[in-house]
Amino acid sequence: MRLAAPSRSSPVRSEQIILFRVSGQLFAVSSASVQEVRSADSLSGGSSKIDAPGLSKVRHVMRRGDRSLFIVSGAAHFGLPASPGTLVFVLRKTRTALLIDGIEKMTTMTRLQALPLSFCHEERQWYRGLAALDQTVVPVVHPEGFLSAEELALLDASLPPLENSGDEAAEGTELAQ
Amino acid sequence: MTVSTELELQSFVLLRLGERRFAVRAGQIVELVAPSRVFRFPHRTPRIEGVILRRGRIVPVCDVSETLLGKRLTSRRFYLIVVRHYSAQTEWVALPVSGECELINAELMAAGKSDEPHVGGWLSHDGDVIEVLNLDALTPGPDELLAATAVQGTLETHP
Repeated sequence: MRLAAPSRSSPVRSEQIILFRVSGQLFAVSSASVQEVRSADSLSGGSSKIDAPGLSKVRHVMRRGDRSLFIVSGAAHFGLPASPGTLVFVLRKTRTALLIDGIEKMTTMTRLQALPLSFCHEERQWYRGLAALDQTVVPVVHPEGFLSAEELALLDASLPPLENSGDEAAEGTELAQ
Repeated sequence: MTVSTELELQSFVLLRLGERRFAVRAGQIVELVAPSRVFRFPHRTPRIEGVILRRGRIVPVCDVSETLLGKRLTSRRFYLIVVRHYSAQTEWVALPVSGECELINAELMAAGKSDEPHVGGWLSHDGDVIEVLNLDALTPGPDELLAATAVQGTLETHP
């Protein structure tokens, strides 16, 4: 009987990650993927409502110059109980801003294990893999996994008319890359 | 002249789910372990409950009782860790079971055409006829997703 090597994992050399919570569930994201952390309150004046049919996880859009960033409810995306969301991660190199409940801590992972092949549905797009940290297992999210190309096209088609939102002045914390 | 009939005996592990027993080829068994903490996180794959940590590996926990018994187990005493094949790859999967397991030698009878895909064959033991499980069909994997997509495509084509 030939078994796969115990560490069928993507070699990761000490990657800094942010542990965050959505509806009580712990997730991780690479800190390099987070361009900015903002309070959800600060977005109230700088975002507008959007209603894309069949896409209830996105309710608001932020304008950034000629770009639109779609605010994805982490709870709705993962099918978790609704939560108000207090912080937003603006995800680098994506058009996604992720609404979360709070940051747990920043830490370092030295090994990212592949998501077992038994997980064979949407979660394969959601997660880069799993990290075992402090005797717990945390899914590490894929920044591009929140909105598919089809969903982005649907959202673009539902965009409200461009308004001057004055969004740039809102408070936020830029993360160094 | 003596005619001897040699049976091709193979090793199987009998596992208990509720009142029923099922068999798995012994070569596919890794170990039987006490239940440990299941780490759960959002996903969409049916039957997968979460993962456990075992010997440095992250092992998915797959409850097959609903498929095999039509109902979920009310009590689980062990996890039977088995090897699941995905084309050229293999992975460990933990199956919750409700009793001790037993190693036996028996002759495998081939599955019939009308048997469910998860039936890999049959064996006779202690007066019982026992299903030998085809783990690759019983536990989820990429093939299941492909099949689901194909069915969905068919439904969309023929509403």
